[in-house]
Amino acid sequence: MWLFYLTGILLLLSFFFDRSKSKKAIILAYRRFLIIIPSFLIMLILVSIILFLFPQEKIITYLSYGSNMVNIILAALVGSITAVPGFIAFPLAGILKDNGISYTIIAAFTTTLMMVGTITFPVEVTYLGKRVALIRNIISFIIALIVALLIGLYFGEVAL
Amino acid sequence: MKEQNKKEKNKMKRNLFLITFLAYFIYIIYSYVFNISSGIEIGTNLISFLFSMSRILPCAFILIGLFEVWVPREKVEKHFGYQGGLQGYIWAIILAGTMAGGLLVALPVSSALYHKGARLSVIFTFLGASAVVRIPMTLFEASFLGAEFTAIRWIVSVPLIIISSLFLESYLSKEQFSVK
Repeated sequence: MWLFYLTGILLLLSFFFDRSKSKKAIILAYRRFLIIIPSFLIMLILVSIILFLFPQEKIITYLSYGSNMVNIILAALVGSITAVPGFIAFPLAGILKDNGISYTIIAAFTTTLMMVGTITFPVEVTYLGKRVALIRNIISFIIALIVALLIGLYFGEVAL
Repeated sequence: MKEQNKKEKNKMKRNLFLITFLAYFIYIIYSYVFNISSGIEIGTNLISFLFSMSRILPCAFILIGLFEVWVPREKVEKHFGYQGGLQGYIWAIILAGTMAGGLLVALPVSSALYHKGARLSVIFTFLGASAVVRIPMTLFEASFLGAEFTAIRWIVSVPLIIISSLFLESYLSKEQFSVK
């Protein structure tokens, strides 16, 4: 809600100082919004289907197989594909932790969830192009794996 | 000839998009009418996501528009450009941390920054950081998984994001790459 007020106040200030500039800002905003509409629609469809295919219970089973390297990568893949919003993901991570699932697996899941955007990919392609969007997400995936392994190392779950 | 091929391909792509789109909506409407649970669930997901986004996106785009008309190019170049040095990355991380909406908002913002003269590696740092350091999300994470967990995630991922952004920038400098 604060975003709404902030935008309103800034827009009012802007109109107060310079009407024509503000009109230009609105037109620019509208044009930029039009650019992403097709990819945004694809994203909406992807989100609605992925949320249906990967409900919470399914995610929990995928993450409860143990924590060898294969399962860490599996957890990272689940995190990459699924589209759980943060306010659901972290309570879910809390539940996983209470059920004795290792920090390594949880980190692999939550970090890829945040960093790798399968569902935002169509929108990313609109701005960066297919190749760069792909490279960026692969790099993010690798960084997330490194984070998971170092968290595992810190909590004594992963031995060198 | 080549031009025509490309046109044909684009047309096919657009038709494919429209067909998928129609099929999707017909299935959802069909599900609501004949009470098919999978379609109804997908439809509900769609609506709730659409609502949460419709609260953020218009504001975000208006703020981007205001940014574009009010913030002078020199300011962006000075802080986010080649002249900025290390400062650019710090600003990118602060901006990413305090912003709402995640990647979906970060992408148009980064496009606006780029066209005002921000450096590519700063842009990539900003995009990477917007997934990792968002403050409301981080607080949430720390309360469920512990501050240590969050601290390690930050300490490990932020430098890696900056380093990989520099690599990506130098890799792309050999070609004509630009953010739309």
